[in-house]
Amino acid sequence: MNFFLQLVVTGFALGMVYALIAIGFVIILKCSEVFNIAQGHFVLIGGYLGYTFLVPLGLPIWAALGMAIATAIIMGLAIERLVLRPLLGEPVLAIIMVTIALSTILGGLATLLWGAEYKAYHGLLPTITLKIGTISIPSESLIGLIVSVICVVLLMLLFRYTKIGLAMRATAEDLAVVQSVGIKATTVYAVSWVIACVVGVIGGILLGGVSGANMELAEVGLKAFAVVLLGGVNSIGGAIVAGIILGMLENVAAGYLDPLLPGGGLAKVFPFIVMIIVLIFRPYGLFGLTRIERI
Amino acid sequence: MAIFRTRLDWGMLFTFLIFLFACPLFSSDRILTILTMMGIAVISVHGLNILTGYCGQISIGHAGFMAVGGYTSAILCAKLGLPFWAALPCGALAAGMAGLIFGLPSLKIKGFYLIMATIAAHFIIIWTIIQLRSITGGPDGLSVPKPTIGGIVLSSKANYFYLVMVITCLATLLAKNIVRTRAGRAFIAIRDNDLAAEVMGISLWSYKLQAFFIGCVYAGVAGSLLIHYFSFASTDQFPFFDSVWYLGMLIVGGMGSTTGAIFGAVALKLLDELVTMVGPILSAAVAPQAAASLALISHGLIIIIFLIFEPRGLHHRWEMIKAYFRLWPFSHEVLE
Repeated sequence: MNFFLQLVVTGFALGMVYALIAIGFVIILKCSEVFNIAQGHFVLIGGYLGYTFLVPLGLPIWAALGMAIATAIIMGLAIERLVLRPLLGEPVLAIIMVTIALSTILGGLATLLWGAEYKAYHGLLPTITLKIGTISIPSESLIGLIVSVICVVLLMLLFRYTKIGLAMRATAEDLAVVQSVGIKATTVYAVSWVIACVVGVIGGILLGGVSGANMELAEVGLKAFAVVLLGGVNSIGGAIVAGIILGMLENVAAGYLDPLLPGGGLAKVFPFIVMIIVLIFRPYGLFGLTRIERI
Repeated sequence: MAIFRTRLDWGMLFTFLIFLFACPLFSSDRILTILTMMGIAVISVHGLNILTGYCGQISIGHAGFMAVGGYTSAILCAKLGLPFWAALPCGALAAGMAGLIFGLPSLKIKGFYLIMATIAAHFIIIWTIIQLRSITGGPDGLSVPKPTIGGIVLSSKANYFYLVMVITCLATLLAKNIVRTRAGRAFIAIRDNDLAAEVMGISLWSYKLQAFFIGCVYAGVAGSLLIHYFSFASTDQFPFFDSVWYLGMLIVGGMGSTTGAIFGAVALKLLDELVTMVGPILSAAVAPQAAASLALISHGLIIIIFLIFEPRGLHHRWEMIKAYFRLWPFSHEVLE
């Protein structure tokens, strides 16, 4: 029972990080109807950026976080302006292929700059220990949980109380109306890419702090897709709930089934099994809008 | 309308075929290897073209379906001792069946959702192959005897080149004709607007699954040719990146055109060769990891450049060049 609870608690914290990464995906999708396959590679870049700023440059954690966020903002603006803007209004296959190509390029850049090597930076994130009854929560999980919750709350405040947040919500609702009242849709798109890059990079630093940065961080993006599909692609609340569900399920399934299967690796294929099941039985997720089509 | 309309068309076709089949007489083993790999890629992209280019069902799991076909024929040859000519169609059928299973979600979903389902299909297939260690050899791979046809062992590069080229030509002919049948026209209708197609009386259920079956049969043939070429089956031969890369070939060549599929496969395989040649030089000059990153970055860039500047692919450019010569000297009125 203790083992089970331990798995559930660490899964909860992990799931919150997944949810944070998935939110970046949902924001881009809601604002500009672009399916961003490269979300996982933002996480990859984030993991390596965290290493660069913390270890070779030796910055304190807050400065490193600030620098990483600044890099992410520049990256988001550049990607939106150079790659996505020329393809406005193209069919869905072109948009998806361009984000896949983008993920390849980001993977190539990570290989070039950091040599695709394993870079560890354990213990550099601040530590907090917490014990509930007999279950001890690992410090990294707790940090991940806290930072993710702070980010999600900040995003909610941004959408609720700022002008650009209002513009983004309006764009998600109806593009034509937004343009007719003089809101620049391209600014909204740029901001949505910046937010996606920033949450991806923060997620990368959090995950990198737990297991070190390597090329496999990009696969977290695939888990984020499973989260997004389970929660419904256009629901931020859905992403949070589904992220927590998936994180817990994955941890529990890996904890109990991995010893039974030779070779293990169930955690790797688990999100895809969830994906297929969701797609067959409930294609629009738990909280997504069912699309109604007319000819 | 006939595929080849004029005597010039026929003449060009025969000149090309004679040149192609004379290649082993004057080419080195290295060039034959490249041409064989191109042939296999062309077969695979034909399948993807029917599925994605004509029927509009985007699949990023093509390498996974190739793995199903390849492993099935490898197991039949290595464990059950079936001859190569019998194992190849069995592998193709197995891949088609896998395509039917993973094509089932396409009845309810499309666009991004279908892409996620096919990505999931790729990873689930590869994971299953690794788990079935007693049959497939798992991560260690499986060695396969050299293929034989009618007593001839296809051990030399030239022999295998002929086999692949004959199958490639037949596959091209078949692909070109499939899209001219009733089913092919139904695929195009589904691609252009699936709701309208259904209203016109086209059974989406039947034709979408047919497209998945045909596309994956092609993938199965390509996969088993690939495995028998190396006489070794391993999941490393079917990386996820290949699944993306086949779609890239389709985009560079031009979607929904058999010629485009050939152009795309040949052009991107040539790019691969260029990267393998330039990579070591760059690695020596800049950093050891430069070769690997050059491959990734060049692949990504070429897809982005084609999507932004030439979204209709090489096939469209080829048609414009042909039209220019056909209409000369009055071509300025037709060309854009």
